[in-house]
Amino acid sequence: MFVIRILFAGYAREWRCSHIVFKIQDHYLPLRLRDKEIDINKKYEELRGSVKSILNLVVVGHVDAGKSTLMGHLLYLKGIVAQRTMHKYEQESKKLGKQSFMSRGVTVDVAHRTFETSSKTISLLDAPGHRDFIPSMITGAARADVAILVVDASTGGFEAGFETGGQTREHAILTRSLGLSELAVAVNKLDSVDWSQERFKEIVTSLKHFLKTVGYRDSDVTYIPCSGLTGENLVEPPRDTALKNWYSGPTLLEAIDNLPVPERAINRPIRFCISDVYKGQGSSMCVGGRLETGYIQNGDRLMLMPQGDIATVKGIQAENLEPGYSFAGDHVTLNISGIDPTVLHVGDFLCDPQEPIPQTTRIQARIVVFNITVPIIKGSQFDFHYQSVNGMARVKKLVSQLHKSTGQIIKNRPRALVKNSSAVIELEFERPLCLEVYKNYKELGRFMLRNNGVTVAAGMVTQIN
Amino acid sequence: MKLVSKYIDKENQGHLVLVPDEGEDMWHTYNLISEGDRLRASTIRKVQQESATGSSSSSRIRTTLTIQVETTDFDIGGCLLRVKGRNVQENKYIKMGAYHTIDLEPNRKFTLFKEEWDSVSLERVENACDPAKHADLAAVIMQEGLAFLCLITSAMTVDRAKIEVNIPKKGKGDDTQRKKASAKFFDMVLAAILRHLNFDIIKATAIQTDNRTLIENKSKFVLCHSSSGFKHSLREVLENPAVSAKLSDTKAAGETKALQQFMTMLGNDPDRAFYGYNHVSKANESQAIETLLVSDSLFRSKDLNERKKYVSLVENVKDNGGDVKIFSCLHVSGEQLDQMTGVASILRFPVPEIEEEDHELDSD
Repeated sequence: MFVIRILFAGYAREWRCSHIVFKIQDHYLPLRLRDKEIDINKKYEELRGSVKSILNLVVVGHVDAGKSTLMGHLLYLKGIVAQRTMHKYEQESKKLGKQSFMSRGVTVDVAHRTFETSSKTISLLDAPGHRDFIPSMITGAARADVAILVVDASTGGFEAGFETGGQTREHAILTRSLGLSELAVAVNKLDSVDWSQERFKEIVTSLKHFLKTVGYRDSDVTYIPCSGLTGENLVEPPRDTALKNWYSGPTLLEAIDNLPVPERAINRPIRFCISDVYKGQGSSMCVGGRLETGYIQNGDRLMLMPQGDIATVKGIQAENLEPGYSFAGDHVTLNISGIDPTVLHVGDFLCDPQEPIPQTTRIQARIVVFNITVPIIKGSQFDFHYQSVNGMARVKKLVSQLHKSTGQIIKNRPRALVKNSSAVIELEFERPLCLEVYKNYKELGRFMLRNNGVTVAAGMVTQIN
Repeated sequence: MKLVSKYIDKENQGHLVLVPDEGEDMWHTYNLISEGDRLRASTIRKVQQESATGSSSSSRIRTTLTIQVETTDFDIGGCLLRVKGRNVQENKYIKMGAYHTIDLEPNRKFTLFKEEWDSVSLERVENACDPAKHADLAAVIMQEGLAFLCLITSAMTVDRAKIEVNIPKKGKGDDTQRKKASAKFFDMVLAAILRHLNFDIIKATAIQTDNRTLIENKSKFVLCHSSSGFKHSLREVLENPAVSAKLSDTKAAGETKALQQFMTMLGNDPDRAFYGYNHVSKANESQAIETLLVSDSLFRSKDLNERKKYVSLVENVKDNGGDVKIFSCLHVSGEQLDQMTGVASILRFPVPEIEEEDHELDSD
């Protein structure tokens, strides 16, 4: 039996396009994830019961709000970034002629670091703020549980990010639409206005009003005054009397520590979304990404979708975690073997061979249309963002327009969807994508539609055709 | 395309003699020929000949045939047009009614007979024969790890190459893999550009996101910005003023603009923008159409009545002083128009009744 399996696995690799071989695999060779069943809950208790729980945090905000600086300083104060590295950056910035060593340029892709607070291990994702890199920001936010929104408090800085064309609004809408319900707002660069309480209040008031319209409850949002440049109120309580006089709330680190960790679906079938692929040592391949649901350990056999190949896990690494195991919610790098490097793509899924993720070219979805100028009509083409997938989608059918708050059908087969409406539509993709229905997998059912560099709509998959 | 001669009587019956020059003309021809037309062209046919002794030999013979068209086939990549039909004029090699497939060749004349030449077809011939309406643009659309190379002529957008390379993310420390992958990606794009573009013809190259220039043709390159590397963002580029200034006369740029206008109208004043044949023809009845956007794929319909329906719509709109824009379904904008039923219109004044009537129909 064992020999046959290898033979068929070989066939499957050679003829991965052939459906017939899929069928053989499905019906005659129920390839199992692992040979011995394990009790995941017990394992979780054993491995994670005693250590700090992990929280995935994404940092978002308008370009030049100081996201990277703020997080860099936080990591520096936590001792994650060494003195030597700081010195190196300082020298580099001097060479480039930047006035402050913190001005290092524009972030273009998501950076990933880990640090610890008193009760949690924080997996930090620093997202780019520039409008051209929103696709990367979406992939970053899709991997996170909660978000920090950084706003620039300097004179004119907040307004630039908040008025039309600024990314503060778009990022807040995106994080909410991606299902991140808890938010910490870091009011940064408050040192530039001498820690003015009026300025802080002004910003908080306008943000509160806006965030409510986006769908954040007041109780889910915390506002923290701080400075990324001086490091005030990041880890230690404020020392500057100008701030100390009126602020007694949490520091940024405490606020992060207070954010709740969502329930992890460790008992669901495995869904691992690949966000990075590179060559490992020897013949094995390394794939980076987030384990959305389930549990993986060394030696597991996973199915790569949509290709249908089988890969064996040789190693699991992550910062601050014990190697060899991974639970839902973790950001890990898997060392896999038995797979042709050319078939691995960013956006593919690794999953349980017995319960693979469905793949499709057509879905039905419920969408919320944002503030757009060009209405959505049948045949409109969009960039489709889903987890790390960045593809093309076309509107096949406008099924019905819904009432924005009650969800009742207002109109069947609408002619066009204008701004701020809600609707059920059918989408078609250029090539098959792996998706899950929102009601089955909350973590995996959300997507974004963009066009011409603007986010057009956010949606949830309701049906896979 | 060259028009050699034209004989059309007052009943619009007659024939044209045309000489296609280049790939694009094949596309025009493909749009002109419909089922039932007769086509005369020089072609090669394999002929079996039996000698007096009974042994047979086959040879390939060049001959001129006239066939009654049954099906046509167009290959976008190679710009080849094959027309299949039955012979209607017997000669010494081929009997009446025998099937033959003609491969139309550039620079060889052909004659097309039609029972009825409609205004849309004649306009197409006119456009195809006008050398001023030619413009060639190549576009390279890039995003990290993905690039498309397209050629845009006045009536077609042809994909020449798609390049996809997996580029690892910036890692901690060692990024040689990333550098290697990026270098490979750019090399592939460069190779594709060199392989597919003929700089003697190309008017301008629009390159998006980022590029490597080819020094000697530097002036022909335009760098513009697009939000993604997918083909549909080509539309975004054609809307870019820097590009459209260079290409003011290309059909693609004009089409993109018209479609943009329609979409904006639909957003701002939905009672002045309609799509779908039923809605548009109702708007036409009230003589409200200012601009009619229609995809050329509708005129290729096999159903004669269907074709007539759209031709009369076009003629009607023109008679009422409206502007008609016939989109090429090979362009990105035409492709999108096709998706929304292929016909759309911008109206002079709002006609809200159109939608209401539709509602009554729905509730029935």
